[in-house]
Amino acid sequence: MDWPAILLSTQLAAATLAVLLPLALFGARALARWQSPARPWVEGLLALPLVLPPTVIGYYLLVTMGGQSPLGQWFEALTGQTLAFSFTGLVVASVIFNIPFAVQPMQRAFEAIEPEVLEAAKCCGLSAWQSFVRIELPLAWPGILSAAVMTFAHTLGEFGVVLMVGGNIPGETQTVAIAIYDRVQSFDLGAAGAMSLALLLISLATIAVSYGLADRWLKARRA
Amino acid sequence: MSLFIEVRHPAPRLDFAAGLPSGEIIALVGPSGSGKTSLLRAVAGLLRPAQASIALDGMVWDAEGRHLPTQQRPIGFVPQHYGLFPHLSALGNVETALLALPSEERRAKALRFLDAAHVADCAGRWPRQLSGGQKQRVALARAIAREPRLLLLDEPFSAVDRATRKSLYVELRQLHAQRPTTILLVTHDLDEAAQLASHLVLLDAGRVVQAGPTAEVLTRPASATAARLLDIPNLFSGRLEGGAMRWGPHRLRLSGATYPEGDCRFAVLPQNVLLVRPDRPLGTHLENLLDGQVREVMQMGTEALVWIEPAGLPERQIQMRLPVRALERYCVEKDAAVRISLRAADIVLLDY
Repeated sequence: MDWPAILLSTQLAAATLAVLLPLALFGARALARWQSPARPWVEGLLALPLVLPPTVIGYYLLVTMGGQSPLGQWFEALTGQTLAFSFTGLVVASVIFNIPFAVQPMQRAFEAIEPEVLEAAKCCGLSAWQSFVRIELPLAWPGILSAAVMTFAHTLGEFGVVLMVGGNIPGETQTVAIAIYDRVQSFDLGAAGAMSLALLLISLATIAVSYGLADRWLKARRA
Repeated sequence: MSLFIEVRHPAPRLDFAAGLPSGEIIALVGPSGSGKTSLLRAVAGLLRPAQASIALDGMVWDAEGRHLPTQQRPIGFVPQHYGLFPHLSALGNVETALLALPSEERRAKALRFLDAAHVADCAGRWPRQLSGGQKQRVALARAIAREPRLLLLDEPFSAVDRATRKSLYVELRQLHAQRPTTILLVTHDLDEAAQLASHLVLLDAGRVVQAGPTAEVLTRPASATAARLLDIPNLFSGRLEGGAMRWGPHRLRLSGATYPEGDCRFAVLPQNVLLVRPDRPLGTHLENLLDGQVREVMQMGTEALVWIEPAGLPERQIQMRLPVRALERYCVEKDAAVRISLRAADIVLLDY
């Protein structure tokens, strides 16, 4: 069992969540209220990671973050490290390819709040922030939970983009998905099998627990 | 006149201007799509019209270059489906309207208002556990908890059963008697308006058709449109000449002022059409006697609707209302000959 790879994957998932969730939360809420002809295009752009091959996203990210690119050069000047093939670069890539998994469930949840409820909040004298914290967040929380779980589980399992952007550096960019691939390539099927099973169980447990929580919450609301 | 509302907006179409008395229950009545709800939303600041000037007792909410946000308007709003916060208990819902208060005072005050709305026993329940009438009362408690100067009610009784509605009418009147705030009540139900409101604004296609004290608007429509909106069936054309009105072969006396000669429209409320017993001497209160023939009788509960064709006017039928037991006493049945009286004071001239 490659514990460093499992630990790295978990760290990556946690870092992705920490960066992406707050951004996606406000983005999703803004999208839910935004009326504009440009809206389908913006939504389409954010959904691209769902339909594009991970290698395509990985390619563009690699080009954007590589040593030749302005972003890569700026990052290297700032930190003395390359952005591509580093854990930081992996987090950036992971945040980008997880956007639809984080934004969509939250956007649906915000859209599902009755306009009449939000107007009632205004008529009760609640400021925009009070309404967000006291009314919208609690009502949207199953969507927020779902977004967090999907992002976490999806990061644990992502392979193509990670390989393109991070390469395969043990302890730095070798996630569990890549470690499994590595073991299979070297015919270490025992280790590959053990890690696959671990990944499967972690993913299953995360999703099942979140579904259970959301379900219980919905039942409590509708009972 | 201290609630002043002037609102113009292209879609939904609003071209509304009215000065209304404050401290009263005012009903906004009109058919679906007449702009009642939009108007209420504009007053609440939820809809920002192209042009608005709204002021209550000298405090300007909307004017050229001024739009007070909803949060800062001293209003309480009960939307059509109540808009209760589904994740908060009834108490939590009312407390949310009182966030400015320290939490203990907030709780006590919220309970007091739940009590005033007769739902103190529902304080711990969630909206999903409440009946329609209870939701309505909680929403009302939440709306009045801020002690608003203007209470906006959007068809608040449309989704509750008849018995609940009746008791809610009484409770609303009692509440208003205790705290005489101005109440703007949107409804499409004329009976509801008649029972609750002292003032009535008739609305059609975003415009004021007629406004005034409820009893006056309901019985004295000022135009054919108003009569149509008030669902008055007896709407006819006549001709003013020589201080009276010619209607087919009949000459009807009118009360009051002198009128210009020419074509006119007139209305008579069904309850103001009087049946004359042929075997009794004529009282002095009876005037404008017309002979006619009963064309149709329809019993509706304890009341009967009777359509009478006046002599010499084959295309016209006057509708009147009678208690069912009067049908027999007056020998009213299909094709029977009857005599009716239209009192001068009950003939409402329109569009002359």
